[in-house]
Amino acid sequence: MKRALPLIGFLLLVALFGFGIWWNTQHDPREVPSPLIGKPVPAYSLPFLDNPSQHLTRQEMLGQVYLINVFASWCIACGEEHPVLMQDAQQLGVPLVGYNYKDDPADAKAWLARHGNPYSMVVTDRNGVEAINFGVYGAPETFLVDAKGIIRYKRIGPLTPKVIAHVLEPKIRELKREEP
Amino acid sequence: MLPELGQMALILALLLATVQAVLPLVGAWRNQPALMAVARPAAIGHALFVTLAFALLAYAFLTFNFSVAYVANNSNLSLPWYYRFAAVWGAHEGSMLLWVLILSLWTVALAIFSTRLPQVFYARVLGVLGLLSIGFLLFILLTSNPFGRLLPPPPNGADLNPVLQDPGMTFHPPVLYMGYVGFSVAFAFAIAALLGGSLDKPWVRWARPWTNVAWGFLTLGIVAGSWWAYAELGWGGWWFWDPVENASFMPWLAGAALIHAQAITEKRGSLPAWTVLLSIFAFSLSLLGTFLVRSGVLTSVHAFASDPRRGVFILIYLGIVIGGSLLLYALRAPKVAGGKPFAPLSRETLLLVVNLLLTTSAAMVLLGTLFPLIGDAFGWGRISVGPPYFGTLFIALMTPAIMLMPLGPFARWGRADGRLLIRVAVQSAVVALLVGGILLFADSRGTPPWRAVLGGLGAVYVLAGVFAYALKRWREAPRGSRYPAEMLGMLIAHVGVGIFVAGVLLTTAFSIEHDVRLAPGQTETIGNFAFRFEGTTHVTGPNWTAEQGTVDVLENGAPYTVLHPQKRTYDQGQGQTESSIDPGFMRDLYVALGEPLDNGAWALRIYVKPFVRWMWGGGILMMIGGFVAATDRRFRLRRHDQEATSSASPGDRPTPREDSA
Repeated sequence: MKRALPLIGFLLLVALFGFGIWWNTQHDPREVPSPLIGKPVPAYSLPFLDNPSQHLTRQEMLGQVYLINVFASWCIACGEEHPVLMQDAQQLGVPLVGYNYKDDPADAKAWLARHGNPYSMVVTDRNGVEAINFGVYGAPETFLVDAKGIIRYKRIGPLTPKVIAHVLEPKIRELKREEP
Repeated sequence: MLPELGQMALILALLLATVQAVLPLVGAWRNQPALMAVARPAAIGHALFVTLAFALLAYAFLTFNFSVAYVANNSNLSLPWYYRFAAVWGAHEGSMLLWVLILSLWTVALAIFSTRLPQVFYARVLGVLGLLSIGFLLFILLTSNPFGRLLPPPPNGADLNPVLQDPGMTFHPPVLYMGYVGFSVAFAFAIAALLGGSLDKPWVRWARPWTNVAWGFLTLGIVAGSWWAYAELGWGGWWFWDPVENASFMPWLAGAALIHAQAITEKRGSLPAWTVLLSIFAFSLSLLGTFLVRSGVLTSVHAFASDPRRGVFILIYLGIVIGGSLLLYALRAPKVAGGKPFAPLSRETLLLVVNLLLTTSAAMVLLGTLFPLIGDAFGWGRISVGPPYFGTLFIALMTPAIMLMPLGPFARWGRADGRLLIRVAVQSAVVALLVGGILLFADSRGTPPWRAVLGGLGAVYVLAGVFAYALKRWREAPRGSRYPAEMLGMLIAHVGVGIFVAGVLLTTAFSIEHDVRLAPGQTETIGNFAFRFEGTTHVTGPNWTAEQGTVDVLENGAPYTVLHPQKRTYDQGQGQTESSIDPGFMRDLYVALGEPLDNGAWALRIYVKPFVRWMWGGGILMMIGGFVAATDRRFRLRRHDQEATSSASPGDRPTPREDSA
């Protein structure tokens, strides 16, 4: 029996690895669970890209489900994501807040003018200080915030039509149902 | 046409591997010499076809054959030829081919050098190696074909991952694989011994040089990987406890344990079952490393392609190879009795304790590496344990091993002289404290950090012990047989451990790391060194462009050297940091460019890293030790080994040297 212990230990390992492979087929490895999920959006106050004297704050957005999309003109993956935002994200029926991250406002404006503007409004975080509170790794990232100002979902990396159809859209439908 | 030939060559190699596996094993079972005799030609043919496939893939790279998908994905027109050659193993498919190539080369080396092994044993060993090759060739052909076509061919390829475009990285994988795969020989010997049903044969002595050489290669591979991370990743780290690094470290630990266990079993016949088990462990951990890296079960900074199909295949392969051998062990090992008895205080006991410390370390690394997966399985989320876990654990487990290290050679087999051991320990400790005291007195920087104290004392303690033993041999042993290769290798490797310990702990304790913003003309000072940033210029390489910084280094105000760190952008868009290092025996000066800031200013990482080279130097000494020990004349097969197997019982063989030790 003692001699069989290594074999038993190994079989447990195999079970663990089998589970690992299965787990990977169910999850996107890029989906890093954000510690902010289920927590309120950090209090922010960010100037609008078009009108820097005005600020968008957390309070103003309370009472509605909305998306925050972190982007920048220097970000290549944002260019990939952009057509998806232009097409699919428009149909989600919630405000899409563009979060311009560590970017020159002039570059950001030129970028939006050239590729089109999918956002309901665009705010700027010139030096990326507020982004630290959001735990932003880089651009693009997307946050889904519910009517109570709680972050419900976070995506690192470009949104794809598949993610929008299978993840965002159902979650938004559910959140809207919760709304009075 | 040629790539299809490559694929054909792989298929033929698979068929020959099957022949090499099945016929000799059946022959050994049925005692049919004709079948057993097939082993050698089949192994050589198998290796020839694998080599042909490898050569054809290399040729496709060298001739820019972008109609081969693997070539198109990993090279392009502007990639220099040496990186195109290294690109053969730059991604998944080719590195698996390299794995099989090295396995077949080890097999051929064994087939050529071990013809004096008893025929049954020889046939079994080659058969087992053939079985291993079948699995990997099937894996390549079914899930990871490097010869798949891409039609129509693109005009230019993508690029070899820029982090791999470095001289250190070109030879890191082959050397590492030499180590991983080299453990397959010890594994095959152990399985052959289990199949034969008796472990009381001198198989351990035949396996020892192979284990030592494999372990030496693995050591060099890890050193190269660590050096590469240091030079290339741009922030001066040399070990990250990353899953992929752990994957190479676990077999290293098991291999070090195996080397010591083999010494006990070979010299004294004790603990044969443990040696068999460690032989299985060392190779299993090598396979496990391949699984962890290739299956994507653990995501790591070494993000390789992960494909669930591949993961499932490797898992099945692991299940058959490791599960099968452990099952064989469970069935066969109990028949073996334990060899010569030994006293609680003896060299056997000391080696056994070190063995347990090394295997426990390997198990702890395995646990730490798999922790995120365990977390998922039990619903705790993906929890990672990082450097604090590994660092603490290592210091805790390795301190006793270091304490025992000088004593091992002084301890006699069977029963050691306790007073002698205490005297050696005390003498070494006194030397360590004296040297430590002198250094502390000479250095006015105040109380050093505890890591530095530990590192310095540990290193001097080990070195003093090794020196004392070398001196004793010089005085007592007759000229000409003072330092047989096996003992010399041991001494060199132990010196390497001492220097390694000093390097790791001193560099951790004394490194000074400044992450600063510097505008052109500004200076950052660390100790006696002033680093003046002179700004950046644009430079162009074969397949990249870079911002190259110029940093004038002044020592006490006098010009010392000029460093040129680069921030490269490869033609395919990936960025890569090239640090610039002024290497030194006592310290490295290390400068890397971070991010460009406004007005020509840059974020710079300016490090002074004392003793960092000692760590790799220690590793290289360990490797040399492994190689030197393997050349011992005692390990060479003698003609009488062929007959000896039927009669000799271990420990009774006349080996005069060890008794003088």
